[in-house]
This record gives sequence, C-alpha cells and structure tokens, in this order.
Amino acid sequence: MDKLNIKNVNLHYDDFHALKDVNLDIEEKKITAFIGPSGCGKSTLLKSINRMNDLVAGCRIEGEFLLDGVDLYKDIDVNVLRKRVGMVFQKPNPFPMSIYDNIAYGPRTHGIHSKSKLDEIVEKSLRDAAIWGETKDRLKTSALGMSGGQQQRLCIARALAVQPEVLLMDEPTSALDPISTSKIEDLAMELKKDYTIVMVTHNMQQAVRVSDNTAFFLLGEVVEYNDTEKLFSIPSDKRTEDYITGRFG
Amino acid sequence: MTRNKFDMQLEELEKLLTRMGELCELAIAKATGALKDGNIGQAKDIIVADEEIDQMEKEIERLCLKLLLQQQPVARDLRRISAALKMITDMERIGDQTADIAEIIITTRSLNDTTSIKDIGEMSAAVSKMVRDSVSAYVKKDLELAGKVIAADDEVDAMFDRIRSEMITLIAEDEGLHGGKAVDLIMITKYLERIGDHATNIAEWVEFSITGVHREAEEPML
Repeated sequence: MDKLNIKNVNLHYDDFHALKDVNLDIEEKKITAFIGPSGCGKSTLLKSINRMNDLVAGCRIEGEFLLDGVDLYKDIDVNVLRKRVGMVFQKPNPFPMSIYDNIAYGPRTHGIHSKSKLDEIVEKSLRDAAIWGETKDRLKTSALGMSGGQQQRLCIARALAVQPEVLLMDEPTSALDPISTSKIEDLAMELKKDYTIVMVTHNMQQAVRVSDNTAFFLLGEVVEYNDTEKLFSIPSDKRTEDYITGRFG
Repeated sequence: MTRNKFDMQLEELEKLLTRMGELCELAIAKATGALKDGNIGQAKDIIVADEEIDQMEKEIERLCLKLLLQQQPVARDLRRISAALKMITDMERIGDQTADIAEIIITTRSLNDTTSIKDIGEMSAAVSKMVRDSVSAYVKKDLELAGKVIAADDEVDAMFDRIRSEMITLIAEDEGLHGGKAVDLIMITKYLERIGDHATNIAEWVEFSITGVHREAEEPML
C-alpha cells in the first residue's frame, strides 16, 4: 500500500529546474532509498516531503505530494505535517540541552506536560531508537557529550517522540563510523515495522542492505524506480547501470 | 579512478578464463589424438594438464573473491563475476573428464582399430568447439553464440546415441571379442557427452551474465 504519492512534481530554484516531472509512490512500512550523484535532486525531493523548501527564496513547487491521499501543500497545517513526517539529517544536530529534554522537546511543543507521560515517551523513544541502555543513567546530562553515533540515534529518538508516520533520513550515516552506521541501519530495518522510511544515501551498499525500493535520480529526473534487488542486479536503464557500477558520477 | 583498476581486474579475469578454456580444449584435442594414434605419452600429458586446469580454477576463484571483497560489485559486474565462479566449476569438471578419458586410453591401449574412431573424433571436435565457443561468448558478451552452444548439445547427444548403437552392434556381431573395447569406447563417448553438458552449463551462465536471466532457473536468480 502507498503511504505517499508524489505526482508530477516540478521544482524550481529561481531559473534552475531542480526536479523534473517526478512521480513516485512510496510504499507504507517499507524503506525507500533515493540515490544519485550530488545535485541530482534527491535531497531536494526529500526536503519537499517535509516542506523544508517553503522558506527557501525563489523556490517554486508544482505538482502534488499526497500523504494518505491528502495534499501536503494544501490541506495540512505545516506543524501537523512535521509531526506526521519526521526528519533526521546528515549531521547529528542535538539541541544544547539534556538527553531527556531533547526527546521531550517535541511532545512538549505539542502540549504534553505531564511528567509521567513525558517519562514514558522519553523511555519508549530511546528504546525504539536502540539507545536506551546507553542513556538511561545519564538522561539529565547534556546530549552534546554523546558520541556522533549516539547523537544520531538520539536525533532518531527525538523524531520518534512525536509518533510520526513517515521518517525522512538525509544521509543519516555519512558522518558515522562503521559500527554506528551498522546500528543505524539495523535500527532503520527495525523501525520499518511501524514507520515508512525514506532515505537519501550516497552509499550504494547501504541502499542494497537496507532498502526495499530504490529510486535513481539524475539531473532532477527519476531515471529508474524499482525493487532494490532488481535495480542493483538487473537495472533496466543504462544510466542506472553506469552510475551504480561507478562508470560515472 | 577506482573503476580503471576494476576494469583491469575484469580484463584479467577474462584472460584467465580464456586460458582455462584453451587448456580444456587442448586437453580434449590431445585425448582424441591419443585415442586415434594410441599414443600413451600424449595421454599422460593430459593428466598433467588436468592439474594445471585445477590450479587455474583456484587462481580464478581467488581473483573473483578479491573482486567481490574489494569492489562489492553490482549489476552486470556482479553477474559477470558470479557467472565466472560458476563457469570454472564446469571447466574443472571438463578437465577431470578429459583426464578420465586419458586413463582409459592408457590402461586399455589399442582402442584405435574400430571403425567408430572417426565418429568419436567428430564428437570430440564438436564438444571442443562447444567449450571454445562458450568461453568466447563470455568474453565477447555474445548472447547468440551462447545460444548456439546450447543448441549444439542436442547434436552431441545424438552422436552419443549413434556411437552407443554402433558399440552394441559391435559387441553382438563379434561374439565378445571386442566387448571390452566397446565398453571402454562407450565410456569415452559418455565422458565426451558429459563435457558437452558442462559446456552447455557454461553457456547458460554466459546468458545469465548478459541478461540476468538463467534459462534453467524456476525462479529469478536476482
């Protein structure tokens, strides 16, 4: 079943045509990977799913983004959208506050102030992000004292705290070491039981390892969108083949 | 750029496979020659050549594993390397079966005085061509040639049936005088027929490496 339908999307930054007639159906509770060379539009599209381009000067978006059939740009308040669609960035960006407050920040913004309720959310989110064991005894210490890999899982926990339906990940492991990368990948595969995940990655092997479907972007277009194993073993477009085998890009 | 090294390693793989194919082909030719001439020395050479074929299998295996580790290949690169790994198993068996033929020639001697030797020579030339074409199809990425190898196997099977019938007639007419020889020649012919099957397997992996589809697979391989 589709969670998100991207229909005939064109995006311009002033005169630059960054996304060209993009059509993608994102399956529910699956991991979809966006791959492609730098500047191909994959991160632009990911950000557009969360309306992160709204405030970018000169950005013009046409087409539809339908979340469960509802137009993200017309029929949903942006605050509600960001509760339903969470985002994790390339570089871990914990707030300069305690681990506990990082997680509680979102729920508090959405009006939850009961301590017992917040305690429950903090524990569940940290557990779901596979970092509870490492943080339960230091919840009141600053999140900035954590390692990069821990900070990234904290950011995932923070995104989970508001119980989103979709999780967008923009190169979530590119700043991490192999062990932290492996933890995030395992986590993503665990989270897809409950969440729909869309991930931008420059790491081909990561796309192969974790994703169910892969979209290959080139110069603002989706060249090929297919089952990941299919795309990486028998790509149907020569440009996909040339990119994933390292013949250009 | 990494790709340059990778392409060089793939070329090296093609060269090694071609060399291994040539060794198989040469061994089959020598076996047929030894059978025709009753040349025991040549037959012994084949058993030495089989050891070289075994070593090449190991060498190609090492290269393929190194490529899998270093390059983490996808798409056609993945198919080419995995096909190569499968192909060398068949080539190694071809070497073994040619050595088996040589051993029969050495132990039995004077198998060359029957009229069927000419037919066996033709069959040997046919399977030898299958082996050559199957490896050549890999290197040239020639789907049509791979298809021809697979089609040729039916002709080789028909040759086997024909020679087998000749041998049965020989045994019946000769009242057992040539019985032992006939059995040996049937075994040699059977080995040749098996070599044809291995060449067919190789050609099927060549098809897979080009198209991603293996004609014998009930479910998609990838």
